Amino acid sequence: MSQVTMTVNGKTATGDVEGRTLLVHFLRDELQLTGTHVGCDTSQCGACVVHVDGKAVKSCTMLAAEADGASVETIEAQAADDGTLNVVQQAFQDHHGLQCGFCTPGMVMSATALLKENPKPTEAEIRHYLEGNICRCTGYHNIVKSIMAASGQDVDSIAAEVAAQ
Amino acid sequence: MSIAHKPLPHKPLPHDAAALHVTGAARYVDDIPTPANTLHIAFGLSEIAAGTISVMDLSAVRAARGVVAVMTADDLPFANDVSPSVHDEPLLSDGSVHYIGQPLFAVIATSHLAARKAARLAKVRYEAVAPILTIEEALAAGSRFEEGPRIYTKGDATSAINTAAHVIDGTLDMGGQEHFYLEGQAALALPQEGGDMVVHSSTQHPTEIQHKVAEAIGAPMHAVRVEIRRMGGGFGGKESQGNALAVICAVAARATGRPCKMRYDRDDDMTITGKRHDFRITYRAGFDADGRISGIEFGQYTRCGWAQDLSLPVADRAMLHADNAYFIPNIRIESHRLRTNMQSATAYRGFGGPQGVFGIERVMDHGAHVIGLDPIEIRRRNYYAPAAAKAEQTTPYGQVVEDCILHEMTEALLKTSDYAARRDAVAKWNASHPTIKRGIGFSPVKFGISFTLTHLNQAGALVHVYQDGSVHLNHGGTEMGQGLFQKVAQVAAARFGLQMDAIKITATDTGKVPNTSATAASSGSDLNGMAVKIACDTIRGRISTHLAARHDCTPQEVTFVDGMVTAGRAAMPFAAAAKSAYEARISLSATGFYATPKLAWDRIKGQGRPFFYFAYGAAVTEVAIDTLTGENRILRADIVHDAGESLNPALDIGQIEGGYVQGAGWLTCEELVWDDKGALKTHAPSTYKIPAVSDRPDVFNVALWDAPNREETIYRSKAVGEPPFMLGISAFLALSDAVAACGDAYPALDAPATPERIWATIERLRDEG
Repeated sequence: MSQVTMTVNGKTATGDVEGRTLLVHFLRDELQLTGTHVGCDTSQCGACVVHVDGKAVKSCTMLAAEADGASVETIEAQAADDGTLNVVQQAFQDHHGLQCGFCTPGMVMSATALLKENPKPTEAEIRHYLEGNICRCTGYHNIVKSIMAASGQDVDSIAAEVAAQ
Repeated sequence: MSIAHKPLPHKPLPHDAAALHVTGAARYVDDIPTPANTLHIAFGLSEIAAGTISVMDLSAVRAARGVVAVMTADDLPFANDVSPSVHDEPLLSDGSVHYIGQPLFAVIATSHLAARKAARLAKVRYEAVAPILTIEEALAAGSRFEEGPRIYTKGDATSAINTAAHVIDGTLDMGGQEHFYLEGQAALALPQEGGDMVVHSSTQHPTEIQHKVAEAIGAPMHAVRVEIRRMGGGFGGKESQGNALAVICAVAARATGRPCKMRYDRDDDMTITGKRHDFRITYRAGFDADGRISGIEFGQYTRCGWAQDLSLPVADRAMLHADNAYFIPNIRIESHRLRTNMQSATAYRGFGGPQGVFGIERVMDHGAHVIGLDPIEIRRRNYYAPAAAKAEQTTPYGQVVEDCILHEMTEALLKTSDYAARRDAVAKWNASHPTIKRGIGFSPVKFGISFTLTHLNQAGALVHVYQDGSVHLNHGGTEMGQGLFQKVAQVAAARFGLQMDAIKITATDTGKVPNTSATAASSGSDLNGMAVKIACDTIRGRISTHLAARHDCTPQEVTFVDGMVTAGRAAMPFAAAAKSAYEARISLSATGFYATPKLAWDRIKGQGRPFFYFAYGAAVTEVAIDTLTGENRILRADIVHDAGESLNPALDIGQIEGGYVQGAGWLTCEELVWDDKGALKTHAPSTYKIPAVSDRPDVFNVALWDAPNREETIYRSKAVGEPPFMLGISAFLALSDAVAACGDAYPALDAPATPERIWATIERLRDEG
């Protein structure tokens, strides 16, 4: 066991971890930050994405020890203290970018990181960026739409959902 | 009216837990805080597909760090069975082994990791026998469920085919499908005083969990309470496949007196649990000169895996959808349910329906190619007659089709998708491009709504109104992302004339509503919405009677609108009405119960009315393929789908989009591969490819038909969970169309149409000239 100290959602967090302990397990089991999900256990699905020093990282593919000294942000810190959702969160709610919700924290964290790098991504850029985030429910249409909307872009053109009669 | 502006109950509100999901606050079973002494469980798994255990040395497992107990079948105090049907599925091996991945023993340890590591330390020796893996092997060995094939017939198919103008025959292989719910299977058992057990289980079927846990701990069902607030996806994979985890957790909790928890690591989940049934469908079909079907003979062969599970009703539903949308005067369907040494295939969205539909869609596609008709035209000529025609046409199982709206829907879709022009454009493209070929495909769906096991078509609800006017809502349905809870809450709000924030949605709980059916067969909102409406109306009736007596009007004149209750000249907020009733000693709590009407079905004869109604849809998909590699892309999909008068157009459109992509995934990129020993080689997302964001169509237009159900369903809506899954077949047909541009023969492409299979089919076509 060794001690790690990192800043998690703006607060200092210290804990004893095994060398093998993954960051996701440190967050979930030690800090009770269960919004970061374990979907596939093998760094494929992206349900566990968090930000480490501002970069989107799959927290099941990083050791807790590697995050020693780092600043980590999870889904729990994305809304304002008064509960106001950030622009990405609000867009996922408004544009139905979720169903079962299990992939949603990872999607929101990836999308937030994308918009930091590229404030007005094209649909193609969104798709490319989200290759590592799997959703089994939505078919992705509303996820892409949510991110377009969060970046202030018109989504009417990809919202052709009117009654046919 | 635009769907964006409909009032309750038809309002397109976001998912009820959307705000919890985007903040990470929504709790799944694995997120529930556990007591400090909680133990964790892992299974030790069989490494051979068939045989018996000669020696199982678990000494190293028991000695491993963190291990508290190890259990084998001999340690189970009561029933050793997790089957949802015929008690043929031991929780832990009884000495015989039936597939690679079968649980042999359970390790109970202080951590998830310790349990999993210890489970690998067993030394097991087997007496192996040759496994039965293929359809041919199962047929040769007579390895099947039921005594022989199930056969449904109508008319004389053989004579009709033999005298037809055009006769085609062929074989279609289609793969199974891994559910890949993002949240893996999970359960947590908390022992209570007096031997009672509380179980949190990620399940679509809490009553079944309660039933199997009670049997396993030797207690009546009243001693077991099962709760589930939400699943991270289900798709049928949590109808019976959660039994094993919940039961071992309860048994271990009973034995140790400590809370026990289990979640399958993804690799274990994919190795242990059942998947969609794969099918081989053989067909011989006769058409008249105009392309009308005169008769069809279908052979349906499915590998059910090692235990029966839900395979009989799955295979039945495949037979019941062998007609899809088409009137077939003469038909014979022969269904073989084969027992193989693989994971026990289970429920998966559509429950056999997609396999049956895909069979007849292949026949239509093949027929169009041979006769030289447009693939949509041949379908329209064979559709069941429109409802208005009152043609009394029956399905192969004798149900009159009274509600066919596909003629109008197809007409609308042809226009909105600009089909004719695009078909020409595809032909022009293919004439001038040797490498990249395009294809366009169309498929309709008619899907029967109701459980075919008729007694399952029932539901209960429990509604409380508190004296402050707030409402506690509970019913037997489970939430797996489909938005059931929100749709049903919209019903409750509408009945009481309240805003949504007055309604508290609560976790499904066997202690509140008993004897529930699985949330399956797309029936969730039909059944539970109706039960909730009935419960709400009981309370509303009591309040109305009370206020009518006080305010000199009839109970029927009391209204509940916009948060106000009006009786005679008195108008008061709903809360005041509730308080008034409470003070008059009137019960503000009610149960509701609903049983679907009009059903009568004999599955052995294959005759009757298994379905209350049908849900319809149609899709046009355009694709491009690279003929040098078989790589492919969906360029555009246009869908029109019938959700009746939708309870929530936004959530229903979400089901359609997600269903289409999942259906297209089944037939394109998702491939399950077992080796010749029976080992599943595609047991992680690294080797099993579900659609990613880039696989979504470039252009994706989805429209609701949005016309009221002719049957009296909840606010005239229709079930929407499964039917759109089958629209993904249009993507496969588009790929087949593109392949057809590489030769003259019919491609006879099998599914999944992976790049390898597309490439190989093109090579075969070109070789054939």
